Amino acid sequence: MIEVHQLTKIFQDRKRGAIRAVDGVSFRAAPGRIYGLLGANGAGKTTTLRLLATLLRPTAGTATVAGFDVAREPEKVRAHVGFLAASTALYGRLTAREMITYFGALNGLAPAEIKARLRRIAAELDMDEFLDRRCDQFSTGMKQKTSIARTLIHDPAVMIFDEPTLGLDVMTARAIVRFVRECRDRGKTVIYSTHVMSEVEKLCDTVGVIHGGRLCAEGTVAELRAKHGEQDLEEVFVKIVGAEGSP
Amino acid sequence: MNWSNIVTVYRKELKDSLRDRRTLLSTIIIPTLVIPLLTLGLGKVMATIVTRAQEEIPTIAILGGADSPGVAAALRRAPKLRIVPAPADWRRAISDKQLRAAVELPAGFEAGLRAGAAPAVHVYHYSGELKSDLGARAVERFLTDLREQTVAQRLAERGLAPTLARPFEFARENVAPPEKVGGNLFGGIVPYLIIILCFSGAMYPAMDLTAGEKERGTMETLLCSPVARVDLVLGKFLMVLTGSLAAMACLLLSMGLTAAVGGTLLLSGGAGKAAAAAAGRTAAAGAMPMIDPLGLVGVLAMVLPVAVMFAAAAFTISLFAKSYKEAQSYLAPMMIVVIMPAVVGMLPGIDLNVRLALVPLLNVSLVCKEMLSGVWHWNYLALIFGSSCLYAAGALGLAVKMFQREDVMFRT
Repeated sequence: MIEVHQLTKIFQDRKRGAIRAVDGVSFRAAPGRIYGLLGANGAGKTTTLRLLATLLRPTAGTATVAGFDVAREPEKVRAHVGFLAASTALYGRLTAREMITYFGALNGLAPAEIKARLRRIAAELDMDEFLDRRCDQFSTGMKQKTSIARTLIHDPAVMIFDEPTLGLDVMTARAIVRFVRECRDRGKTVIYSTHVMSEVEKLCDTVGVIHGGRLCAEGTVAELRAKHGEQDLEEVFVKIVGAEGSP
Repeated sequence: MNWSNIVTVYRKELKDSLRDRRTLLSTIIIPTLVIPLLTLGLGKVMATIVTRAQEEIPTIAILGGADSPGVAAALRRAPKLRIVPAPADWRRAISDKQLRAAVELPAGFEAGLRAGAAPAVHVYHYSGELKSDLGARAVERFLTDLREQTVAQRLAERGLAPTLARPFEFARENVAPPEKVGGNLFGGIVPYLIIILCFSGAMYPAMDLTAGEKERGTMETLLCSPVARVDLVLGKFLMVLTGSLAAMACLLLSMGLTAAVGGTLLLSGGAGKAAAAAAGRTAAAGAMPMIDPLGLVGVLAMVLPVAVMFAAAAFTISLFAKSYKEAQSYLAPMMIVVIMPAVVGMLPGIDLNVRLALVPLLNVSLVCKEMLSGVWHWNYLALIFGSSCLYAAGALGLAVKMFQREDVMFRT
């Protein structure tokens, strides 16, 4: 479960002054459901997710992830979160096995447990063939599988995906989408940020439209379509964002 | 602070760094090769150049001397001089290295000698040019011999004993043991090399583990783990420190091996001869100036907090950078900051005092020089070790603080 209340993040910039990257955002994501954060580049999606993953500290507001407060118990939050983003890379000089084992150890798992979980995940993701090869020799698909295994090794209750299909080919992107659905089916709380409308339609149970750091609209895809009188989600998005004005 | 997490991070960083060629080059390969290259390589090349120059019989021109046929003939007979006709532009010939030196006999030189006058002979050479200097020296040796013969001849003509002009002899004898001589000879250069390699050993792992990780996107992956930031910093810092200490260990090991294996080789060369001469022995006696092992242990102990300070400073500076290249542009000028006090420490005439004992790096450089020469100022040692530990703790504290700053970790 994720509960966000009036979450705000202000960055200080020497030239531009105070920048409200996230401005009083509130929402709730439930277990076994996918909450989509839809927004253009620079809308505040990544900052919101980094706040939830405790990579950044909120300026104001609160958020609890898996029952832990992001400001007061960041380490406990991270222990219950799997964070996958286009910007979270792999250690090129480690093998996939070493990489996953390392993150298992960082999550406090015993070596025997890591071994057992790794065996199971590698079989599920069909990784056995390249498990002992260095990550810098991997194709994009192999890298994504290894990253997924890295996020799953500690079996987190909450999965946060920040534009995970960015720059991927169709087949790899489809594999990611399938994996996100599986996470939901296993009862995990999933947050998925994207600016790709088709992904939102395919995946998200609830959508929050974020623009200029503010959550402008929230609901199921069907509810948003009905409210704005448009079938094309892109048109719905433009109407919502247009009503809010440019950032 | 969780030591299990720190060790996990450290072990991973160690494995990762051992697979990084740049880190291996700066922490193991260069420190291992620098001493053999400097002594056996560069030293041998220099010794060969000097030996060849010494073996060459210099071409010398006689200017004037038409009315001094005896001296001119003696010059031509001298086995270590090759007298050639003086070219019209002899100065240019010396500059162009066609002539090593020229000796000018003044008009009526021999007649002046016979009359008891003191005519001045001029020797022309190209200062700073090794072969020209050696040629001038050979001419000066000839003239010194000629002067002594003239003195002896005049004394004999007057029936006086040769001891009248040379009433006593003297000889220089060394009483310093080889390790003290070694301390004085190498006391400056050893801490200098250790300090530089300590820093360069820390530099590459520091850049790779901070700015390099940011650039490759693995820093964000790591920050997603539930490990406390302070544990991540300490695990990474220990790896940077390992790089620094590994560079120092490789340097000392290579120094020891070079001394053991290359001693004989060195002694046969010019550098070895100079060193042996300084030790008061001849090269044939086979004695090498040594470094006091106790002094070396002292140097290691004093350099330890410096290595911690370097590791933490390099880590903090690199952490601020967004990319490996940016980190390099910050750390490369730091090398000058590191070298300056180490060079000042090598200069003769700078003695340790309370104020200098508080100047980072310079204090260690000066005290190491003293320790290697067998001088142990315990009050200064305590002051320098204590202040170095304080600086190191400050640098490490800063590294931890920087790692917790969002604007540093997510600088765009």
